[in-house]
Amino acid sequence: MKFSNFSNRSSEKRVTAVALSNDGLHVCFADKFGVVWVVDLDSVDSNQALVNKKAAQMLAHYCSIITSLEFSPDGRFIVSADRDFKIRVTVFPKKPLDGAHEIQSFCLGHTEFVSCLAFVSTSEYPQGFLVSGSGDSTVRLWNISSGSLLDTCEVEMKAGLLESNRRGEDCNSAITDLCTIPDCTMIAVAIQSLQGIVLLSCDLSARTLSIAKVVSIMGETFIPTSSRASFSAGLLWMVSGVSNLRGFDHHSLARVRVISGFNKSNLDPQEFEPIVLEDNEIPGGYKLLEKLQGSVVVEEKVFLAAAEAVKTAMSNLLVKKQYSVEKREFRKRTRNDRKTKQ
Amino acid sequence: MLETKANPNISKSTGLPRKRFYRARAHSNPLSDSHFPVPISPSHVDYSLHYPHFFPSSDQSDSSKKIQFADIGCGFGGLLISLSTLFPETLMIGMELRDKVTEYVKERILALRVANPGQNQNISVTRTNSMKYIPNYFEKGQLSKMFFLFPDPHFKEKNHRRRVISTHLLDEYAYALGVGGIIYTITDVEELGEWMKACLESHPMFEALTEKELEADPVVELLSSATEEGQKVARNGGQTFRAVYRRVTPPL
Repeated sequence: MKFSNFSNRSSEKRVTAVALSNDGLHVCFADKFGVVWVVDLDSVDSNQALVNKKAAQMLAHYCSIITSLEFSPDGRFIVSADRDFKIRVTVFPKKPLDGAHEIQSFCLGHTEFVSCLAFVSTSEYPQGFLVSGSGDSTVRLWNISSGSLLDTCEVEMKAGLLESNRRGEDCNSAITDLCTIPDCTMIAVAIQSLQGIVLLSCDLSARTLSIAKVVSIMGETFIPTSSRASFSAGLLWMVSGVSNLRGFDHHSLARVRVISGFNKSNLDPQEFEPIVLEDNEIPGGYKLLEKLQGSVVVEEKVFLAAAEAVKTAMSNLLVKKQYSVEKREFRKRTRNDRKTKQ
Repeated sequence: MLETKANPNISKSTGLPRKRFYRARAHSNPLSDSHFPVPISPSHVDYSLHYPHFFPSSDQSDSSKKIQFADIGCGFGGLLISLSTLFPETLMIGMELRDKVTEYVKERILALRVANPGQNQNISVTRTNSMKYIPNYFEKGQLSKMFFLFPDPHFKEKNHRRRVISTHLLDEYAYALGVGGIIYTITDVEELGEWMKACLESHPMFEALTEKELEADPVVELLSSATEEGQKVARNGGQTFRAVYRRVTPPL
């Protein structure tokens, strides 16, 4: 397979999330100021008019960083999550370029930034249910048409990760990524400070979430930052990645690991036995890995530095700063505009 | 009561708080991270704290009464107090970002409740950034009136995104307002008046009230007369620019 770039759009602000509509006609992207833009892909096939087609503003969260964008499985809604603990469900309009003004609901309940969104849907529930992960280390299940919270899973606590990983008090390990396994109601959850992945199973008729399995990855400090499941082969691909890593030869790190066993036949979470594949077992083998990672072997200390870098980057960007009352008073007293007046 | 007597910020003759002890800067940055508590969702708003007369205990499961009017950027609370007697059974809340001003309004409402027993029980105030947290306070379609009186004009183009009326924020206001609900805006700054009107006019979920409807609405008159800002403008013989719009179902 080969990809080619067929059109470019530039954004004035840093882009924080992207989503492609289910019919493939619109691309939406969100910038750091909380604005979601939409690009019409309809005309892209015919190579003309392409250049002057600009992205149009569709909706906005008020000056909050949007962390994730997702279309509902039926394509009726676009869901956006932000660092102000909010998830907004907006009706995706017929003419998106004129803006999406009708808000279906807000999903409120998280007590930290919302980091990731995913939909769980099956043939019995084609409209699907929304799951969200957050800095409060919970995964929540929502009904998007009413915005009501159906279930909360305190992943870190339930998976028994607390004792082994807790260092100091600030360790509310954030959920970094969620990924639903196609055609089954399992969700792969990546958590800061977990070497591996937590599998949740979602009971759509009872509307509950529960921990199915914790898959640990041995041998290296691999803490995934992102994961995606492949549709046909029953594989879960995970990446641990960071850019701008200081103090090392390589400025960026990418490490790919694969878990197999997600075939339809073993849907039952009890009997399900996932296998972490060795590098030579993954499809494409070392050749693919070298292409994706840049090199086959990654040093241990680079992993540790990368994990730390991801953590600080996430908390700097998304976690609200807490200042003590004294500090705030001090800042008020030493304000510049008042100084010049005196 | 004992506490209010000892409070030097409260006038001995009227029992009302004195404004000069609650001076605040005229502007507050709505973009900065806030450090006041925000309810997680509308069901977490404690009505018994705001309206003890209507909600004697904090268990509010049995009551269906909800806040219907929101005065966004209520300032020193003049409008709320006028509305309170006009709609004595309607719960209303003022939302203000400046802490000292909120404190003043809080004291003022408490003092008025003491001075006029049985009255002013339906108004309250909360310190919040309404540009960020409207959905945390109100459910979909809960409100029937929203007020934006003499908002900060933010003249510089760079700061236009700090304006409280904008196309994107109107989406959220349309969410909180029920169909038929009314949004009232007024300003003494012509440029801002035109901006607010243009935003509302171009929004598919709002339509302007006719002249007749404006005349029939007793609230419209209060917009320029009830608030401290409005009285100041009238004193100086200034002009005001008003835009009153109704929430409608968007055309399909």
